[in-house]
Amino acid sequence: MKAAVLVFPGSNCDRDMAVALRKSGADVTMVWHKETSLPEGLDVVGVPGGFSYGDYLRCGAIAANSPITRALKAHVERGGYAFGICNGFQVLTEAGLLPGALLRNAGLKYICKTTPLEVATTNSAYTADYTLGQTIGVPIAHHDGNFTADEATLDLLEAEDRVAFRYGDNPNGSARNIAGILSENRRVLGMMPHPERAFEAAHGNEDGKAFFSSLVSAVVPA
Amino acid sequence: MKARVNVMLKNGVLDPQGAAVRHALGAMGFEGVNDVRQGKVIELDVADGTTEESIKQMCEKLLANTVIESYTIELA
Repeated sequence: MKAAVLVFPGSNCDRDMAVALRKSGADVTMVWHKETSLPEGLDVVGVPGGFSYGDYLRCGAIAANSPITRALKAHVERGGYAFGICNGFQVLTEAGLLPGALLRNAGLKYICKTTPLEVATTNSAYTADYTLGQTIGVPIAHHDGNFTADEATLDLLEAEDRVAFRYGDNPNGSARNIAGILSENRRVLGMMPHPERAFEAAHGNEDGKAFFSSLVSAVVPA
Repeated sequence: MKARVNVMLKNGVLDPQGAAVRHALGAMGFEGVNDVRQGKVIELDVADGTTEESIKQMCEKLLANTVIESYTIELA
């Protein structure tokens, strides 16, 4: 599987994401934000966590309009896979590739801790190796992770089984405890928690490993 | 010419920062503050003749996230 990890000024989880993908068997290329095209024959694009462009204006807003993001949109329109973690999730919503938005945490504080997540669907390339309803522990580290969308959108996400993960103990005020969602074609995923930070024993737990193993085994080279 | 864009969270979107400011005002002894909404003002220095429509495009594409925010434009 060929994967690319986007790198914006201020990204800081890009290398962790690349390590998790590589150790899961993917061939990974890092792509700088000023590039205007993605590598040929690419299967998956990862949008990493961090503080792209200093979180100026709104988290993810400037990155959503950078040159490489136009190439990302074209990749997704062709049916390509893409996932965004933390700031990457914010970028994907700002780019219009996923619905909703991420507001300031309800408690106003930056939260950095391992939090329980419920696997809300296994019907996706990212969650197939989990079991439905399984509780996993995954670190969160964000100030703006309070997922919001209008009621009709939330109803639609639930009706179409597009909630990938829910918080077991809602840390940030997210609507309906939503921690991660899928696009209509189920190929684009965004989530605030960091599975790449729970990837190997040295991280304290390996509950994020199945996220990457699911992806690498589900995505057959095009 | 100058243009001023006011960006606010839409009505109905919870504003935790505004709520925190309201609580702080109450704690300081300012009574009767029923609600606080916090937004941002963006001042643009643009070429003479720039149309409101053009600034509207800037708002729609970048300056506001219309999923959660509304905006108004003042041309001066």
